[in-house]
Amino acid sequence: MKKILNNKTTRTNLLTYLVVIVAFAVMQAMNSAGMLGSSMKGFLVPICVYISLAVSLNLLVGICGELSLGHAGFMGIGAFSGVIIAALLKDVVANDFLRLLLAMVCGGVFAGVVGFLIGVPVLRLRGDYLAIVTLAFGEIMKNIIGNLYAGTDSEGFHMAISTSKMKLAAGGKYIVSGPLGATGIQKLATFTMGFLLVLFTLFIVQNLINSKEGRAIRAVRDNRIAAESVGINVTAFRMKAFVVSAFLAGMAGALFGLNYSSVTASKFNFNTSINILVFVVLGGMGNILGSVISATVLYVLPEAMRGLQDYRMILYAIVLILVMLFTWSPKVKEFMSVIADKVSGVFKKKEAGTNE
Amino acid sequence: MQILQYLINGISIGSVYAIIALGYTMVYGIAKMLNFAHGDIIMVGAYISFCVTSYLGLPAWVSVVAAVAVCTVLGIVIEGLAYKPLRGTPSLAVLITAIGVSYFLQNAAQLIWSSSPKNFTSVVTMKPISLAGGKIVVTGEVLLTVAACILVMVGLTLFTSKTRTGKAMRAVSEDRDAAQLMGINVNQTISTTFAIGSALAAVAGVLLCSTVPTLQPTTGSMPGIRAFTAAVFGGIGSIPGAMLGGILLGIIETFSKAYLSTQFSDAIVFSVLIVILLVKPAGLLGKQIQEKV
Amino acid sequence: MKKFVAMLMAVLMVLSMAACGGSSAPAATEAPAAADAAPAATEAPAAEGAAPALKIGLTGPMTGPASAYGLAVRGGMEIAVAEINAKGGLQIEFKSEDDEADGSDKAVSAYNSLKDWGMQIMAGPVTTGSSLAIAAETVNDQIFMLTPSASATDVAMTGSNVFQMCFTDPNQGASAAELMKQKWADATIGVIYDSSDAYSAGIVDGFLTKASELGLNVAVDNAAFTADNKADLSTQVTQCKDAGCDLVFLPFYYTEAAQVLTYANTVGYAPTFFGCDGMDGILTVEGFDAKLAEGLVLMTPFDANATDDATVAFVEQFKANNGGLVPNQFAADGYDVIYALYNACVAAGVDGSTPAADVCAALQEQFASLSVDGLTGKGMTWDANGMISKAPAAMVVTDGVYVPVA
Repeated sequence: MKKILNNKTTRTNLLTYLVVIVAFAVMQAMNSAGMLGSSMKGFLVPICVYISLAVSLNLLVGICGELSLGHAGFMGIGAFSGVIIAALLKDVVANDFLRLLLAMVCGGVFAGVVGFLIGVPVLRLRGDYLAIVTLAFGEIMKNIIGNLYAGTDSEGFHMAISTSKMKLAAGGKYIVSGPLGATGIQKLATFTMGFLLVLFTLFIVQNLINSKEGRAIRAVRDNRIAAESVGINVTAFRMKAFVVSAFLAGMAGALFGLNYSSVTASKFNFNTSINILVFVVLGGMGNILGSVISATVLYVLPEAMRGLQDYRMILYAIVLILVMLFTWSPKVKEFMSVIADKVSGVFKKKEAGTNE
Repeated sequence: MQILQYLINGISIGSVYAIIALGYTMVYGIAKMLNFAHGDIIMVGAYISFCVTSYLGLPAWVSVVAAVAVCTVLGIVIEGLAYKPLRGTPSLAVLITAIGVSYFLQNAAQLIWSSSPKNFTSVVTMKPISLAGGKIVVTGEVLLTVAACILVMVGLTLFTSKTRTGKAMRAVSEDRDAAQLMGINVNQTISTTFAIGSALAAVAGVLLCSTVPTLQPTTGSMPGIRAFTAAVFGGIGSIPGAMLGGILLGIIETFSKAYLSTQFSDAIVFSVLIVILLVKPAGLLGKQIQEKV
Repeated sequence: MKKFVAMLMAVLMVLSMAACGGSSAPAATEAPAAADAAPAATEAPAAEGAAPALKIGLTGPMTGPASAYGLAVRGGMEIAVAEINAKGGLQIEFKSEDDEADGSDKAVSAYNSLKDWGMQIMAGPVTTGSSLAIAAETVNDQIFMLTPSASATDVAMTGSNVFQMCFTDPNQGASAAELMKQKWADATIGVIYDSSDAYSAGIVDGFLTKASELGLNVAVDNAAFTADNKADLSTQVTQCKDAGCDLVFLPFYYTEAAQVLTYANTVGYAPTFFGCDGMDGILTVEGFDAKLAEGLVLMTPFDANATDDATVAFVEQFKANNGGLVPNQFAADGYDVIYALYNACVAAGVDGSTPAADVCAALQEQFASLSVDGLTGKGMTWDANGMISKAPAAMVVTDGVYVPVA
C-alpha cells in the first residue's frame, strides 16, 4: 500500500516536471521559430515568476494551512534588493547570467532573512490573525520601500530610508528613488532563467513536501494538537516552511524586478498578494501542478481579454466567481460525479457485454 | 489644545472605521468568512445615496433608506449566488469568491457611474461646534458617526442576545452542526446575517462619504481593509471589539501622522497592530478559544 | 481524482472563456474604432488609393483607481482623431490599452499588445510609473513616444525618442515657488503632498529646493499622505492650521484636493490654497460646491471656460461624447498630443506605410523645430531632451471660473 502511495506521489511529481519542461521546450522552439508575438514573448518571464510565487505560497497555504496575505511583501524585498545588487555588480561581474543569478540569490536571502525575523514573533498566531499580521507586514514593507533611496556617486554606495530625497554628489546615479521606484534597470531576466527558477522552486517545494518533515507539516495542518502530542515540533516546521516560502518569493521577485526597466513599491501591494492567493486556491490547495497551471492561465486570461476594452476586468471577475463555484461547490461536484458514474456505468455495461 | 483637535480628528475617522468594522465582524462572527466585498458594498451604498440626493433631489434621510434597501437586496443576492453554493467548503474558497465579487462590484460601478470622482454632499446639515475660540472644531459628522456607532453596537448586542433570530445567529456561530441539530435553519440564519451586514454597510457608506467626500468606484476598498484591520484589532467576531478597534485605529493613525511621521504612518499603524496581536493574540476583546483535543 | 477532474474542468472552462475573449476581441475593438472612423469612412472613397492609416497607440489606466485620468486622455485623443480623419488627407487609426497605472508587467503587456497591433507611434502612457517602464521599451524598439501627462524628469531622459506634452515635475515646483516669491513673498507656507506618488513627490522636491533658494518661509514641509491613508486628510490640514500657514501648497490631483478644501471649509480655515496642473478639474467634480474653491490659485495650462473657438468646440464635443463630463487638462493634453503628432507627421511626410523606426527618426527631427498651437499653450516647442517649453499660466478661481493671476 505504502509503495503504491509513494509511486503515486512520485508520478505526480514527475508529471509536474514533465509539464513544465515540455511547456518550456515548446515555447522556446516557437520563440526561435519566430512564431511568438511581442505580447506572448512578454508573458514568458512574468508567468515563470508567478508560477514560482504561487508554488511557494502553496507550500504555506496549501501544505501548512497558514493563510498569508503578505506574499507580495517578500516579492518586493527580493525585487528591490535584487535590482540594487545587480546595479552594484555591474562592473564587477561581467557575465549577465551570473549577475542575474547572484541578484536572485541575494534577493532570496534578503527575503528569507526578513521572513525569519518576522516569523519568530508572528508564527505564534494562527488562522485569520496570522493572515492580518502578514497583511500588515506587506503594507509596512510597501511603505518602507516607497521611501527608500539608493544610489552611487563618487564616494560609493549610499542608501537611506528617508522622507525627503537623499542627496548624491554631482554625477551620482540613483538606483532607487522613493515613490518613483527603481528606474533605469538593466533588463537581465531571461526566459531560461525563469524556467530554471520554476524547476528549482518545484524541486525545493516537492522535496520538502515529500520528506519526513513534509509529512509532519501536513500532520500539523490536519490536526495540530494531535501532531503536537506525538512529539512534532510544530513551531520549527512552520518556521521552516515560512522561511523557504519567503526565500523563493524573494528570488522570484528579483527576477521580476530585473525583467522591467522600472519597478515601484506600489506594485507589491495587497492586490498582488491576493492575486497570488487566487492562483493557489484555484489550482487546488496543496496541488503543486494545479498552482503551475492556474498561475499560467489566470495570468494570461486578463491579457487575452484585452479586446473587450472596458469590460475586461468585470468579465475577469465573473470568470473568477464562476470558476470558484464550479470547482468547489458541492452541488456542482455532485452533479459531475453523477455524470462520471453514468459514463463509467456505460463502460462497465459494455465490458460486461463483451465478457458474455 | 492641539492634541484635543487631533484626538477629535482621530475619533472622526476612527468612528467611520468602526461602523464598517461592525458589519465586517458580524458577518465574520457568524458566517466565519472574511467578506472582502464588504468595502465595495459600502461604495454602492454611497453611490445610491448620492444618486438619490443629487439626481432625484430627495432629502438625505430618503437617500439613506434607499441605500439601505438597495444594499440589503444586493447583499442577499450576492450571498445567494456566490457564497451559498460554497457553504461547507474551506473558508479560503469563499474568500476568493468574495474577492471576485469585490472586483465585480468595483468594475460594475465604474461602468455605471464612470470613474471620475463625485463629491458627496454630507447628510449632516449641522454647523460645526467651535470650542476654545475656534482652536478646536467638532463637526456634525463626527457626532453623527459616533452616535450611529454606539446605536448600532447596542442594537446588534441586544439583537443577538434577545431576539430569536439573534440567538440563532449566536448558536450558528458557536457550533454550526449542533445548531442544525437543534432545528435552526443554518442557511437562512447566515443569509439574514448577510442582509443585516449589508444594510449596515449602506449606513457606513453614507457616513464614510459624509466624512470623506470623494466618491469613486474604489472608495470602499482601502477603508474596507482598514476596517478589517480594526475588527481584528478589537477581536474579530466581538461587536464591542470592532467599535473599540476602529476608534483606536483612527486615533493611532492620526497621532502617528501628527507627532511621528506622515510618510511612515502606514508602517507605524500596522506595526502597532502587530505588537498588540502578539501581546493579545485574539485581539483586544476577542475570546481566546481553547482548542478541543 | 474528483479534485483533478474538477480542476481540469476549471482549466478547460477558463481556456474556453479566454478563447471567447480572444475571438470576440476584434468585434469589441472595432466598435469604438468604427465610431471614430465613421466620418473617415465617408471621406475615404474620395481619396482612393490613399496611403494606409497611421497607427497611434495609447496606454493608460482604463480600470482601477486612476482610471479617471486614463479615460480623460482617451476621450481627448478620440476627438482629435475624429477631427483629423474627417479632414481627409492623412488618416489615423487609434487604439488604447489598459495598463492599470502599473509600473512594470501590466504596462509592458499593454505596450506589447499595441506593438502586435502594428503601432507606429506611442501617444502615451498616461501615468509616470507606466511611462518609465514603457519608455525604455520604446527606446529599444525605436518607436516615437510623446506622453500627454507623465511628468517625471526621468521619463524624458530615458531616450532621445521620448517627448512630453506636460511640464516636468521639478520645473513645475520651481515655477510655483517663483510665483509665490512674486505674489506672496511674506506668506507662511505649508505643503501637503502624496508621498507615495511620483508626480506629487517630484513637484515637492523641485519646490522645496527652489523655495530655500528664494528664502520662502516654509513652515510645514512634511504633511504627507499615501495612497493607502488618503481617506483622512484632516490631520494634515490641522498641521498647517496650527503652524499658522496662510498659503497651503497642494501639489496633487483634484480628487484629493476636493477633500482638503471641504475639510478646511468645515473647520473654518481659509488660507490661500495653491495647486498645480493636477488640480485642474476640481470645478467640474460632480457635486462639488465651486464656492469652496473660491480664491484657489492653480497653475494649469488649460481652461475649459476659455472662449477661443478651439477650446469651445473641444469642450462641446467632449461633453457630447462623455455624458456631459467637462474635460480637464488630461483630456486637453491628449488632444494636443494627437495634433502635435499629426502636424509633425504631415511635415515629415510619413504615413501608415512607413516603418515605425523611420517614423521615429523623422519625428525626432521634426520635433526639434516643431512649434504647436494647441489647447494647452501657444507656440509650444521641445528641447533636445524631449521636454516641453510652454508658458506656465497661473490662474485664480474667481466666481467659479479661472481668471489669470493679476
